[in-house]
Amino acid sequence: MTLEISDLKRMASQVRRDIVRMVYECQSGHPGGSLGCTDYMVALYFKIMKHDPSFNMDGVGEDIFFLSNGHISPVFYSVLARSGYFDKSELKTFRKLNSRLQGHPTTHEHLPGIRIASGSLGQGMSVAIGAALAKKMNKDHSLVFSLHGDGELQEGQNWEAAMFAPFNKVDNLISTVDVNGQQIDGPTDKVLGLLDLHAKFSAFGWDVMHADGNDMEGIVAALEEAKTRTGKGKPVMILMKTEMGKGVDFMEGSHKWHGVAPNEQQLAEALSQLEESYGDY
Amino acid sequence: MKKYTYTEKKDTRSGFGAGLLEVGRKNDKVVALCADLVGSLKMADFIKEFPDRFIQVGIAEANMIGIAAGLTIGGKIPFTGTFANFSTGRVYDQIRQSVAYSNKNVKICASHAGLTLGEDGATHQILEDIGLMKMLPGMTVINPCDYNQTKAATIAIADYEGPVYLRFGRPVMPIFTPADQKFEIGKAWMVNEGADVSIFATGHLVWEAILAGEKLAEEGIDAEIINIHTIKPLDEEAVLKSAKKTGCVVSCEEHNRYGGLGESIAQLLSTNMPTPMEFVAVNDTFGESGTPAELMKKYGLDSSNIVEAVKKVMKRK
Repeated sequence: MTLEISDLKRMASQVRRDIVRMVYECQSGHPGGSLGCTDYMVALYFKIMKHDPSFNMDGVGEDIFFLSNGHISPVFYSVLARSGYFDKSELKTFRKLNSRLQGHPTTHEHLPGIRIASGSLGQGMSVAIGAALAKKMNKDHSLVFSLHGDGELQEGQNWEAAMFAPFNKVDNLISTVDVNGQQIDGPTDKVLGLLDLHAKFSAFGWDVMHADGNDMEGIVAALEEAKTRTGKGKPVMILMKTEMGKGVDFMEGSHKWHGVAPNEQQLAEALSQLEESYGDY
Repeated sequence: MKKYTYTEKKDTRSGFGAGLLEVGRKNDKVVALCADLVGSLKMADFIKEFPDRFIQVGIAEANMIGIAAGLTIGGKIPFTGTFANFSTGRVYDQIRQSVAYSNKNVKICASHAGLTLGEDGATHQILEDIGLMKMLPGMTVINPCDYNQTKAATIAIADYEGPVYLRFGRPVMPIFTPADQKFEIGKAWMVNEGADVSIFATGHLVWEAILAGEKLAEEGIDAEIINIHTIKPLDEEAVLKSAKKTGCVVSCEEHNRYGGLGESIAQLLSTNMPTPMEFVAVNDTFGESGTPAELMKKYGLDSSNIVEAVKKVMKRK
Protein backbone atom coordinates (compact mmCIF):
# COMPACT_ATOMS: atom_id res chain seq x y z
CA MET A 1 0.00 0.00 0.00
CA THR A 2 1.44 3.36 -1.04
CA LEU A 3 -0.19 6.57 0.16
CA GLU A 4 0.00 10.17 -0.99
CA ILE A 5 1.14 12.86 1.45
CA SER A 6 -2.35 13.84 2.63
CA ASP A 7 -3.21 10.22 3.36
CA LEU A 8 0.15 9.64 5.03
CA LYS A 9 -0.75 12.43 7.44
CA ARG A 10 -4.13 10.85 8.09
CA MET A 11 -2.47 7.47 8.63
CA ALA A 12 -0.03 9.06 11.08
CA SER A 13 -2.97 10.35 13.09
CA GLN A 14 -4.47 6.86 13.21
CA VAL A 15 -1.15 5.32 14.24
CA ARG A 16 -0.85 7.88 17.03
CA ARG A 17 -4.31 6.90 18.24
CA ASP A 18 -3.20 3.26 18.23
CA ILE A 19 -0.11 4.14 20.27
CA VAL A 20 -1.89 5.96 23.06
CA ARG A 21 -4.68 3.37 23.19
CA MET A 22 -2.24 0.44 23.33
CA VAL A 23 -0.18 2.04 26.06
CA TYR A 24 -3.28 3.03 27.99
CA GLU A 25 -4.78 -0.48 27.85
CA CYS A 26 -1.79 -2.21 29.40
CA GLN A 27 -0.79 0.82 31.48
CA SER A 28 2.81 0.45 30.36
CA GLY A 29 5.03 1.05 27.35
CA HIS A 30 6.73 4.01 25.72
CA PRO A 31 4.44 6.59 24.11
CA GLY A 32 6.92 9.49 23.87
CA GLY A 33 9.40 8.15 21.33
CA SER A 34 6.67 6.25 19.51
CA LEU A 35 4.68 9.42 18.87
CA GLY A 36 7.82 11.29 17.84
CA CYS A 37 8.80 8.67 15.25
CA THR A 38 5.30 8.10 13.86
CA ASP A 39 5.70 10.27 10.78
CA TYR A 40 8.98 8.58 9.85
CA MET A 41 7.55 5.08 10.35
CA VAL A 42 4.42 5.87 8.34
CA ALA A 43 6.49 7.39 5.54
CA LEU A 44 8.75 4.34 5.50
CA TYR A 45 6.04 1.66 5.45
CA PHE A 46 3.41 3.47 3.34
CA LYS A 47 5.61 5.31 0.86
CA ILE A 48 9.31 4.63 0.83
CA MET A 49 9.98 0.91 1.30
CA LYS A 50 9.26 -1.78 -1.24
CA HIS A 51 8.06 -4.52 1.08
CA ASP A 52 5.74 -7.51 1.22
CA PRO A 53 3.38 -7.93 4.21
CA SER A 54 3.07 -11.66 3.52
CA PHE A 55 6.47 -11.61 5.27
CA ASN A 56 9.49 -13.70 4.54
CA MET A 57 12.26 -13.58 7.15
CA ASP A 58 15.10 -13.34 4.60
CA GLY A 59 13.41 -10.44 2.79
CA VAL A 60 15.20 -11.17 -0.48
CA GLY A 61 14.23 -8.59 -3.09
CA GLU A 62 12.55 -6.40 -0.45
CA ASP A 63 13.61 -3.33 1.44
CA ILE A 64 13.87 -4.30 5.10
CA PHE A 65 13.79 -2.30 8.32
CA PHE A 66 15.38 -2.76 11.74
CA LEU A 67 14.23 -0.95 14.85
CA SER A 68 17.20 -0.65 17.18
CA ASN A 69 15.46 1.44 19.86
CA GLY A 70 12.99 -1.38 20.48
CA HIS A 71 11.12 0.38 23.27
CA ILE A 72 9.15 2.34 20.68
CA SER A 73 7.45 -0.94 19.80
CA PRO A 74 3.92 0.60 19.83
CA VAL A 75 4.59 2.60 16.66
CA PHE A 76 6.30 -0.39 15.02
CA TYR A 77 3.39 -2.74 15.80
CA SER A 78 0.78 -0.24 14.68
CA VAL A 79 2.50 0.43 11.36
CA LEU A 80 3.03 -3.30 10.73
CA ALA A 81 -0.62 -4.08 11.46
CA ARG A 82 -1.90 -1.20 9.35
CA SER A 83 0.41 -2.34 6.50
CA GLY A 84 -1.21 -5.78 6.59
CA TYR A 85 1.43 -7.89 8.38
CA PHE A 86 -1.18 -9.00 10.92
CA ASP A 87 -4.71 -8.03 11.89
CA LYS A 88 -5.04 -4.71 13.68
CA SER A 89 -7.24 -6.33 16.31
CA GLU A 90 -4.09 -7.99 17.67
CA LEU A 91 -2.84 -4.57 18.79
CA LYS A 92 -5.05 -4.89 21.86
CA THR A 93 -2.84 -7.73 23.13
CA PHE A 94 0.21 -5.45 23.44
CA ARG A 95 2.30 -6.29 26.52
CA LYS A 96 -0.26 -8.82 27.76
CA LEU A 97 0.35 -12.47 28.65
CA ASN A 98 0.60 -14.87 25.69
CA SER A 99 0.83 -12.03 23.17
CA ARG A 100 3.00 -11.89 20.06
CA LEU A 101 3.31 -8.17 20.76
CA GLN A 102 5.93 -8.32 23.48
CA GLY A 103 7.02 -5.22 25.36
CA HIS A 104 10.00 -5.03 23.05
CA PRO A 105 9.96 -6.50 19.52
CA THR A 106 11.02 -10.10 19.16
CA THR A 107 11.11 -12.90 16.61
CA HIS A 108 10.54 -15.39 19.42
CA GLU A 109 6.74 -15.26 19.11
CA HIS A 110 6.94 -15.19 15.29
CA LEU A 111 5.17 -11.89 14.79
CA PRO A 112 5.26 -11.14 11.04
CA GLY A 113 7.38 -8.12 10.22
CA ILE A 114 9.94 -8.52 13.01
CA ARG A 115 13.35 -9.79 11.95
CA ILE A 116 15.40 -9.38 15.14
CA ALA A 117 14.81 -8.83 18.84
CA SER A 118 15.66 -5.36 20.10
CA GLY A 119 15.27 -3.59 23.41
CA SER A 120 18.70 -3.97 24.91
CA LEU A 121 20.06 -0.89 23.18
CA GLY A 122 22.82 -0.37 20.69
CA GLN A 123 22.66 -3.60 18.71
CA GLY A 124 20.52 -2.71 15.70
CA MET A 125 23.10 -0.95 13.55
CA SER A 126 25.35 -4.01 13.55
CA VAL A 127 22.42 -6.25 12.61
CA ALA A 128 21.36 -3.88 9.82
CA ILE A 129 24.92 -3.90 8.47
CA GLY A 130 24.93 -7.70 8.49
CA ALA A 131 21.65 -7.81 6.58
CA ALA A 132 22.99 -5.21 4.14
CA LEU A 133 26.11 -7.31 3.55
CA ALA A 134 23.94 -10.38 2.95
CA LYS A 135 22.01 -8.40 0.32
CA LYS A 136 25.25 -7.47 -1.40
CA MET A 137 26.44 -11.09 -1.37
CA ASN A 138 23.06 -12.16 -2.78
CA LYS A 139 23.24 -9.48 -5.52
CA ASP A 140 19.98 -8.16 -4.09
CA HIS A 141 19.74 -4.47 -4.89
CA SER A 142 17.03 -3.60 -2.37
CA LEU A 143 17.85 -1.51 0.70
CA VAL A 144 18.18 -1.82 4.47
CA PHE A 145 16.77 0.88 6.76
CA SER A 146 17.38 1.22 10.47
CA LEU A 147 16.21 3.53 13.24
CA HIS A 148 18.13 4.42 16.39
CA GLY A 149 17.50 6.63 19.38
CA ASP A 150 19.84 9.53 20.09
CA GLY A 151 20.30 8.48 23.71
CA GLU A 152 21.00 5.00 22.38
CA LEU A 153 24.15 6.32 20.72
CA GLN A 154 25.73 6.33 24.18
CA GLU A 155 26.09 2.55 23.72
CA GLY A 156 29.58 1.81 22.41
CA GLN A 157 28.57 -0.88 19.94
CA ASN A 158 27.03 1.82 17.73
CA TRP A 159 30.47 3.30 17.18
CA GLU A 160 31.98 -0.07 16.30
CA ALA A 161 29.24 -0.36 13.69
CA ALA A 162 29.60 3.27 12.61
CA MET A 163 33.30 2.66 11.99
CA PHE A 164 32.73 -0.59 10.10
CA ALA A 165 30.04 0.46 7.61
CA PRO A 166 31.83 3.26 5.73
CA PHE A 167 35.18 1.44 5.72
CA ASN A 168 33.46 -1.55 4.13
CA LYS A 169 31.37 0.60 1.74
CA VAL A 170 28.04 -0.63 3.07
CA ASP A 171 26.20 1.77 0.77
CA ASN A 172 22.84 -0.03 0.69
CA LEU A 173 22.05 1.09 4.23
CA ILE A 174 20.03 4.14 5.29
CA SER A 175 20.22 4.60 9.06
CA THR A 176 18.26 7.25 10.89
CA VAL A 177 18.82 8.64 14.36
CA ASP A 178 15.77 10.01 16.15
CA VAL A 179 17.23 13.21 17.56
CA ASN A 180 14.62 14.13 20.15
CA GLY A 181 17.16 15.20 22.74
CA GLN A 182 15.52 13.21 25.52
CA GLN A 183 16.29 10.07 27.45
CA ILE A 184 14.94 8.47 30.62
CA ASP A 185 16.90 10.55 33.10
CA GLY A 186 16.39 13.85 31.29
CA PRO A 187 17.63 15.79 28.27
CA THR A 188 20.57 14.12 26.51
CA ASP A 189 22.49 17.37 26.97
CA LYS A 190 22.28 16.88 30.72
CA VAL A 191 22.75 13.09 30.91
CA LEU A 192 25.60 12.57 28.45
CA GLY A 193 25.78 15.12 25.66
CA LEU A 194 26.02 13.82 22.11
CA LEU A 195 27.62 17.05 20.90
CA ASP A 196 28.02 17.35 17.12
CA LEU A 197 26.51 14.19 15.63
CA HIS A 198 26.94 15.50 12.09
CA ALA A 199 30.65 15.95 12.61
CA LYS A 200 30.94 12.58 14.33
CA PHE A 201 29.22 10.54 11.62
CA SER A 202 30.91 12.53 8.85
CA ALA A 203 34.28 11.86 10.42
CA PHE A 204 33.44 8.16 10.52
CA GLY A 205 32.74 8.33 6.77
CA TRP A 206 28.94 8.44 6.52
CA ASP A 207 26.97 10.53 4.04
CA VAL A 208 25.07 12.61 6.60
CA MET A 209 21.70 14.28 6.00
CA HIS A 210 19.26 16.19 8.17
CA ALA A 211 15.49 15.98 8.28
CA ASP A 212 12.52 17.26 10.22
CA GLY A 213 10.96 14.01 11.38
CA ASN A 214 7.62 15.57 12.26
CA ASP A 215 6.99 17.17 8.88
CA MET A 216 5.55 14.54 6.55
CA GLU A 217 6.60 16.31 3.35
CA GLY A 218 10.04 16.84 4.84
CA ILE A 219 10.66 13.28 5.98
CA VAL A 220 9.35 11.77 2.74
CA ALA A 221 11.59 14.08 0.74
CA ALA A 222 14.57 13.25 2.96
CA LEU A 223 14.04 9.51 2.62
CA GLU A 224 13.62 9.84 -1.17
CA GLU A 225 16.82 11.87 -1.27
CA ALA A 226 18.58 9.29 0.90
CA LYS A 227 17.65 6.56 -1.57
CA THR A 228 19.35 8.49 -4.38
CA ARG A 229 22.50 8.64 -2.27
CA THR A 230 22.77 4.85 -1.88
CA GLY A 231 25.13 2.84 -4.07
CA LYS A 232 27.79 5.53 -3.96
CA GLY A 233 30.26 3.92 -1.58
CA LYS A 234 28.95 5.34 1.69
CA PRO A 235 26.21 4.40 4.13
CA VAL A 236 23.64 7.16 4.55
CA MET A 237 22.82 8.65 7.94
CA ILE A 238 19.75 10.83 8.49
CA LEU A 239 19.86 12.92 11.65
CA MET A 240 16.14 13.34 12.15
CA LYS A 241 14.90 16.00 14.53
CA THR A 242 11.68 15.01 16.25
CA GLU A 243 9.68 16.06 19.23
CA MET A 244 9.06 13.36 21.81
CA GLY A 245 5.30 12.92 22.29
CA LYS A 246 4.47 14.72 19.02
CA GLY A 247 0.75 15.00 18.30
CA VAL A 248 -0.46 15.01 21.91
CA ASP A 249 0.13 18.50 23.27
CA PHE A 250 0.63 17.62 26.91
CA MET A 251 3.18 14.91 26.03
CA GLU A 252 5.25 17.00 23.63
CA GLY A 253 8.86 17.83 24.27
CA SER A 254 9.37 16.21 27.64
CA HIS A 255 11.26 13.09 28.70
CA LYS A 256 8.54 12.56 31.33
CA TRP A 257 6.44 10.68 28.74
CA HIS A 258 9.29 8.39 27.71
CA GLY A 259 7.83 5.39 29.48
CA VAL A 260 4.61 6.46 31.19
CA ALA A 261 1.04 5.50 30.27
CA PRO A 262 -1.82 8.03 30.27
CA ASN A 263 -4.72 7.72 32.68
CA GLU A 264 -8.34 7.64 31.49
CA GLN A 265 -8.75 11.40 31.38
CA GLN A 266 -5.42 11.87 29.64
CA LEU A 267 -6.35 9.20 27.10
CA ALA A 268 -9.59 11.04 26.27
CA GLU A 269 -7.72 14.30 25.96
CA ALA A 270 -5.11 12.72 23.71
CA LEU A 271 -7.65 11.02 21.45
CA SER A 272 -9.58 14.29 21.09
CA GLN A 273 -6.47 15.71 19.42
CA LEU A 274 -6.07 12.81 16.95
CA GLU A 275 -8.43 12.11 14.06
CA GLU A 276 -9.73 8.53 13.78
CA SER A 277 -8.92 8.44 10.09
CA TYR A 278 -8.66 4.74 9.29
CA GLY A 279 -10.76 3.22 12.09
CA ASP A 280 -9.58 2.23 15.56
CA TYR A 281 -8.61 -1.39 16.17
CA MET B 1 41.48 -50.70 28.50
CA LYS B 2 41.22 -50.06 24.79
CA LYS B 3 44.57 -48.95 23.42
CA TYR B 4 44.75 -45.43 22.03
CA THR B 5 47.82 -44.40 20.08
CA TYR B 6 48.65 -41.40 18.04
CA THR B 7 51.19 -40.57 15.39
CA GLU B 8 50.60 -36.85 15.30
CA LYS B 9 49.74 -33.94 17.58
CA LYS B 10 47.87 -30.89 16.36
CA ASP B 11 45.88 -28.07 17.85
CA THR B 12 42.09 -28.28 17.82
CA ARG B 13 41.91 -24.76 16.32
CA SER B 14 43.64 -26.12 13.22
CA GLY B 15 40.86 -28.70 13.05
CA PHE B 16 38.43 -25.78 13.02
CA GLY B 17 40.38 -24.08 10.22
CA ALA B 18 40.40 -27.26 8.13
CA GLY B 19 36.71 -27.86 8.78
CA LEU B 20 35.83 -24.29 7.87
CA LEU B 21 37.61 -24.61 4.53
CA GLU B 22 35.83 -27.89 3.78
CA VAL B 23 32.41 -26.59 4.75
CA GLY B 24 33.09 -23.44 2.72
CA ARG B 25 33.60 -25.63 -0.34
CA LYS B 26 30.45 -27.64 0.37
CA ASN B 27 28.10 -24.79 1.16
CA ASP B 28 28.28 -21.36 -0.45
CA LYS B 29 26.06 -19.87 2.27
CA VAL B 30 28.88 -20.21 4.79
CA VAL B 31 30.48 -16.86 5.65
CA ALA B 32 33.36 -16.36 8.10
CA LEU B 33 33.92 -13.34 10.35
CA CYS B 34 36.93 -12.57 12.48
CA ALA B 35 37.87 -9.90 15.02
CA ASP B 36 41.57 -9.43 14.22
CA LEU B 37 42.68 -12.98 15.04
CA VAL B 38 42.81 -14.64 11.64
CA GLY B 39 46.09 -16.41 12.34
CA SER B 40 45.09 -17.67 15.76
CA LEU B 41 41.78 -19.00 14.43
CA LYS B 42 43.48 -20.68 11.42
CA MET B 43 41.16 -18.97 8.95
CA ALA B 44 43.80 -18.18 6.31
CA ASP B 45 42.94 -21.02 3.95
CA PHE B 46 39.24 -20.13 3.95
CA ILE B 47 40.05 -16.46 3.32
CA LYS B 48 42.41 -17.32 0.46
CA GLU B 49 39.82 -19.47 -1.29
CA PHE B 50 36.73 -17.42 -0.45
CA PRO B 51 37.81 -13.78 -0.01
CA ASP B 52 34.30 -12.52 -0.79
CA ARG B 53 32.81 -14.64 1.98
CA PHE B 54 35.12 -13.38 4.69
CA ILE B 55 34.44 -10.30 6.83
CA GLN B 56 37.21 -8.75 8.90
CA VAL B 57 35.50 -6.71 11.62
CA GLY B 58 38.56 -5.50 13.50
CA ILE B 59 38.74 -5.52 17.29
CA ALA B 60 34.99 -5.09 17.72
CA GLU B 61 33.43 -8.33 18.89
CA ALA B 62 30.01 -6.89 19.74
CA ASN B 63 29.69 -5.57 16.21
CA MET B 64 30.83 -8.95 14.88
CA ILE B 65 28.04 -10.80 16.69
CA GLY B 66 25.45 -8.27 15.47
CA ILE B 67 26.67 -8.45 11.88
CA ALA B 68 26.57 -12.25 12.06
CA ALA B 69 22.97 -12.13 13.27
CA GLY B 70 22.11 -9.78 10.41
CA LEU B 71 23.79 -12.01 7.83
CA THR B 72 21.43 -14.85 8.68
CA ILE B 73 18.63 -12.57 7.45
CA GLY B 74 19.35 -13.24 3.81
CA GLY B 75 20.18 -16.88 4.36
CA LYS B 76 23.88 -16.82 5.23
CA ILE B 77 25.46 -19.20 7.74
CA PRO B 78 27.97 -17.04 9.61
CA PHE B 79 30.90 -18.53 11.55
CA THR B 80 32.40 -15.96 13.93
CA GLY B 81 35.94 -16.48 15.15
CA THR B 82 37.83 -15.06 18.09
CA PHE B 83 39.17 -16.22 21.47
CA ALA B 84 36.64 -17.88 23.77
CA ASN B 85 36.77 -15.00 26.24
CA PHE B 86 35.90 -12.44 23.57
CA SER B 87 33.37 -14.83 21.99
CA THR B 88 31.25 -15.10 25.13
CA GLY B 89 31.81 -12.94 28.19
CA ARG B 90 32.62 -9.80 26.24
CA VAL B 91 29.51 -10.09 24.05
CA TYR B 92 27.04 -11.92 26.25
CA ASP B 93 24.14 -9.55 25.77
CA GLN B 94 24.69 -9.35 22.01
CA ILE B 95 24.55 -13.15 21.84
CA ARG B 96 21.58 -13.28 24.19
CA GLN B 97 19.38 -10.79 22.33
CA SER B 98 20.54 -10.78 18.70
CA VAL B 99 21.43 -14.48 18.39
CA ALA B 100 19.83 -16.75 21.01
CA TYR B 101 16.55 -14.95 21.71
CA SER B 102 16.24 -14.10 18.03
CA ASN B 103 17.07 -17.74 17.17
CA LYS B 104 19.61 -16.85 14.50
CA ASN B 105 21.68 -19.46 12.72
CA VAL B 106 25.04 -18.13 13.97
CA LYS B 107 28.00 -20.40 14.72
CA ILE B 108 30.12 -18.84 17.48
CA CYS B 109 33.53 -20.46 17.11
CA ALA B 110 35.85 -19.90 20.04
CA SER B 111 39.52 -20.70 20.27
CA HIS B 112 42.01 -20.49 23.14
CA ALA B 113 39.43 -21.65 25.68
CA GLY B 114 40.50 -22.53 29.18
CA LEU B 115 43.85 -22.66 30.96
CA THR B 116 45.77 -24.17 28.03
CA LEU B 117 45.88 -20.78 26.37
CA GLY B 118 48.89 -20.56 28.68
CA GLU B 119 51.23 -17.63 29.05
CA ASP B 120 48.76 -14.81 28.29
CA GLY B 121 47.22 -15.43 31.70
CA ALA B 122 43.82 -15.10 33.28
CA THR B 123 42.57 -12.11 31.26
CA HIS B 124 42.41 -14.45 28.27
CA GLN B 125 41.81 -17.83 29.96
CA ILE B 126 38.06 -17.99 30.20
CA LEU B 127 36.80 -20.80 32.45
CA GLU B 128 33.17 -19.69 32.53
CA ASP B 129 32.21 -19.82 28.85
CA ILE B 130 30.46 -23.21 28.84
CA GLY B 131 28.23 -22.05 31.68
CA LEU B 132 27.46 -18.72 30.03
CA MET B 133 26.52 -20.38 26.77
CA LYS B 134 24.62 -23.39 28.09
CA MET B 135 22.33 -21.12 30.12
CA LEU B 136 21.00 -19.52 26.93
CA PRO B 137 17.79 -21.23 25.78
CA GLY B 138 18.22 -22.86 22.38
CA MET B 139 22.02 -22.65 22.35
CA THR B 140 23.93 -25.81 21.39
CA VAL B 141 27.30 -26.12 23.16
CA ILE B 142 30.09 -28.28 21.70
CA ASN B 143 33.63 -28.88 23.00
CA PRO B 144 35.45 -31.45 20.83
CA CYS B 145 38.54 -33.32 22.01
CA ASP B 146 41.09 -33.36 19.19
CA TYR B 147 41.92 -32.08 15.72
CA ASN B 148 39.83 -34.63 13.84
CA GLN B 149 36.81 -34.23 16.05
CA THR B 150 36.96 -30.43 15.89
CA LYS B 151 37.13 -30.58 12.10
CA ALA B 152 34.16 -32.96 11.99
CA ALA B 153 32.18 -30.80 14.42
CA THR B 154 32.85 -27.67 12.36
CA ILE B 155 31.43 -29.40 9.31
CA ALA B 156 28.45 -30.81 11.22
CA ILE B 157 27.28 -27.51 12.71
CA ALA B 158 26.87 -25.93 9.26
CA ASP B 159 24.13 -28.46 8.51
CA TYR B 160 22.39 -27.82 11.83
CA GLU B 161 19.86 -24.97 11.89
CA GLY B 162 20.23 -22.84 15.03
CA PRO B 163 22.78 -21.06 17.20
CA VAL B 164 25.87 -23.05 18.21
CA TYR B 165 28.82 -22.38 20.50
CA LEU B 166 31.87 -24.36 19.33
CA ARG B 167 34.74 -24.33 21.82
CA PHE B 168 38.31 -25.37 21.05
CA GLY B 169 41.83 -24.58 22.12
CA ARG B 170 45.34 -23.46 21.46
CA PRO B 171 47.86 -26.23 22.31
CA VAL B 172 48.80 -29.25 20.23
CA MET B 173 47.12 -32.41 21.46
CA PRO B 174 47.33 -36.07 20.35
CA ILE B 175 45.03 -36.93 17.45
CA PHE B 176 43.30 -40.11 18.54
CA THR B 177 39.85 -40.02 16.97
CA PRO B 178 39.31 -41.21 13.37
CA ALA B 179 39.80 -38.78 10.49
CA ASP B 180 36.67 -40.07 8.76
CA GLN B 181 34.35 -39.79 11.78
CA LYS B 182 30.82 -38.53 11.37
CA PHE B 183 30.09 -36.02 14.09
CA GLU B 184 26.66 -36.39 15.64
CA ILE B 185 25.59 -33.37 17.69
CA GLY B 186 24.29 -34.48 21.08
CA LYS B 187 25.59 -38.04 20.82
CA ALA B 188 28.20 -39.11 23.36
CA TRP B 189 31.24 -40.95 22.05
CA MET B 190 32.29 -44.16 23.82
CA VAL B 191 36.04 -44.13 24.39
CA ASN B 192 36.29 -47.23 26.56
CA GLU B 193 33.67 -49.55 27.97
CA GLY B 194 34.23 -50.38 31.62
CA ALA B 195 32.42 -51.54 34.73
CA ASP B 196 33.84 -49.81 37.82
CA VAL B 197 33.46 -46.07 37.27
CA SER B 198 32.11 -43.70 34.61
CA ILE B 199 34.47 -40.95 33.51
CA PHE B 200 32.70 -38.26 31.49
CA ALA B 201 35.23 -35.94 29.86
CA THR B 202 35.05 -33.07 27.41
CA GLY B 203 37.58 -31.21 25.27
CA HIS B 204 41.28 -31.56 26.09
CA LEU B 205 40.40 -33.58 29.20
CA VAL B 206 39.36 -36.58 27.10
CA TRP B 207 43.01 -37.39 26.42
CA GLU B 208 43.84 -36.98 30.11
CA ALA B 209 40.98 -39.37 30.88
CA ILE B 210 42.50 -41.94 28.53
CA LEU B 211 45.87 -41.61 30.29
CA ALA B 212 44.06 -41.98 33.62
CA GLY B 213 42.21 -45.04 32.33
CA GLU B 214 45.51 -46.71 31.46
CA LYS B 215 46.92 -46.06 34.93
CA LEU B 216 43.71 -47.31 36.56
CA ALA B 217 43.78 -50.47 34.44
CA GLU B 218 47.26 -51.22 35.77
CA GLU B 219 45.73 -51.11 39.25
CA GLY B 220 42.85 -53.37 38.24
CA ILE B 221 40.21 -50.64 37.94
CA ASP B 222 38.03 -50.95 34.84
CA ALA B 223 36.99 -47.40 33.90
CA GLU B 224 34.31 -46.54 31.41
CA ILE B 225 35.36 -43.38 29.56
CA ILE B 226 32.87 -41.34 27.60
CA ASN B 227 33.63 -38.29 25.51
CA ILE B 228 30.87 -35.74 25.98
CA HIS B 229 31.67 -33.46 23.07
CA THR B 230 28.19 -31.94 23.16
CA ILE B 231 27.48 -30.40 26.54
CA LYS B 232 24.09 -29.12 25.44
CA PRO B 233 21.96 -30.93 24.53
CA LEU B 234 23.47 -33.53 26.85
CA ASP B 235 23.25 -37.17 25.80
CA GLU B 236 21.18 -38.03 28.88
CA GLU B 237 20.59 -41.61 27.83
CA ALA B 238 24.32 -42.34 27.55
CA VAL B 239 25.07 -40.71 30.92
CA LEU B 240 22.29 -42.49 32.79
CA LYS B 241 23.06 -45.85 31.19
CA SER B 242 26.74 -45.67 32.12
CA ALA B 243 26.10 -44.34 35.65
CA LYS B 244 23.60 -47.12 36.25
CA LYS B 245 26.15 -49.71 35.15
CA THR B 246 29.13 -48.44 37.18
CA GLY B 247 27.41 -46.74 40.13
CA CYS B 248 29.83 -43.81 40.38
CA VAL B 249 30.84 -40.88 38.21
CA VAL B 250 33.74 -38.49 37.59
CA SER B 251 33.38 -35.45 35.31
CA CYS B 252 36.43 -33.84 33.71
CA GLU B 253 36.64 -30.43 32.05
CA GLU B 254 38.91 -27.46 31.50
CA HIS B 255 36.34 -25.10 33.04
CA ASN B 256 35.15 -23.79 36.35
CA ARG B 257 33.40 -26.50 38.36
CA TYR B 258 30.43 -24.14 38.46
CA GLY B 259 28.45 -23.98 35.24
CA GLY B 260 30.24 -26.66 33.28
CA LEU B 261 29.74 -30.23 32.13
CA GLY B 262 29.93 -31.64 35.66
CA GLU B 263 27.09 -29.44 36.82
CA SER B 264 24.88 -30.60 33.94
CA ILE B 265 25.63 -34.24 34.71
CA ALA B 266 25.04 -33.72 38.44
CA GLN B 267 21.66 -32.16 37.76
CA LEU B 268 20.68 -35.03 35.50
CA LEU B 269 21.78 -37.66 37.98
CA SER B 270 20.29 -36.01 41.05
CA THR B 271 16.87 -35.79 39.43
CA ASN B 272 16.92 -39.28 37.93
CA MET B 273 19.37 -41.53 39.71
CA PRO B 274 21.41 -40.02 42.57
CA THR B 275 24.94 -41.30 42.10
CA PRO B 276 28.22 -40.53 43.90
CA MET B 277 30.17 -38.02 41.82
CA GLU B 278 33.51 -36.19 41.80
CA PHE B 279 34.45 -33.17 39.70
CA VAL B 280 37.80 -32.67 37.97
CA ALA B 281 37.54 -29.00 37.12
CA VAL B 282 38.94 -25.62 38.09
CA ASN B 283 37.87 -24.86 41.63
CA ASP B 284 36.20 -21.44 41.28
CA THR B 285 39.34 -19.48 40.64
CA PHE B 286 41.03 -17.52 37.85
CA GLY B 287 44.04 -18.95 36.05
CA GLU B 288 47.50 -17.39 35.61
CA SER B 289 50.47 -17.32 33.26
CA GLY B 290 52.39 -20.54 32.67
CA THR B 291 52.81 -23.34 30.17
CA PRO B 292 49.68 -25.39 29.45
CA ALA B 293 51.15 -28.46 31.18
CA GLU B 294 52.19 -26.48 34.25
CA LEU B 295 48.73 -24.94 34.51
CA MET B 296 46.89 -28.24 34.07
CA LYS B 297 48.98 -29.68 36.88
CA LYS B 298 48.67 -26.70 39.23
CA TYR B 299 44.90 -26.39 38.79
CA GLY B 300 44.26 -30.10 39.15
CA LEU B 301 43.28 -31.05 35.62
CA ASP B 302 45.75 -33.76 34.60
CA SER B 303 45.44 -37.53 34.53
CA SER B 304 46.71 -37.98 38.08
CA ASN B 305 43.84 -35.80 39.35
CA ILE B 306 41.39 -38.01 37.46
CA VAL B 307 42.92 -41.17 38.98
CA GLU B 308 42.63 -39.62 42.43
CA ALA B 309 38.99 -38.61 41.84
CA VAL B 310 38.13 -42.12 40.63
CA LYS B 311 39.58 -43.71 43.74
CA LYS B 312 37.72 -41.28 45.95
CA VAL B 313 34.36 -41.74 44.25
CA MET B 314 34.63 -45.54 44.15
CA LYS B 315 34.87 -45.56 47.94
CA ARG B 316 31.53 -43.73 48.07
CA LYS B 317 29.62 -46.37 46.09
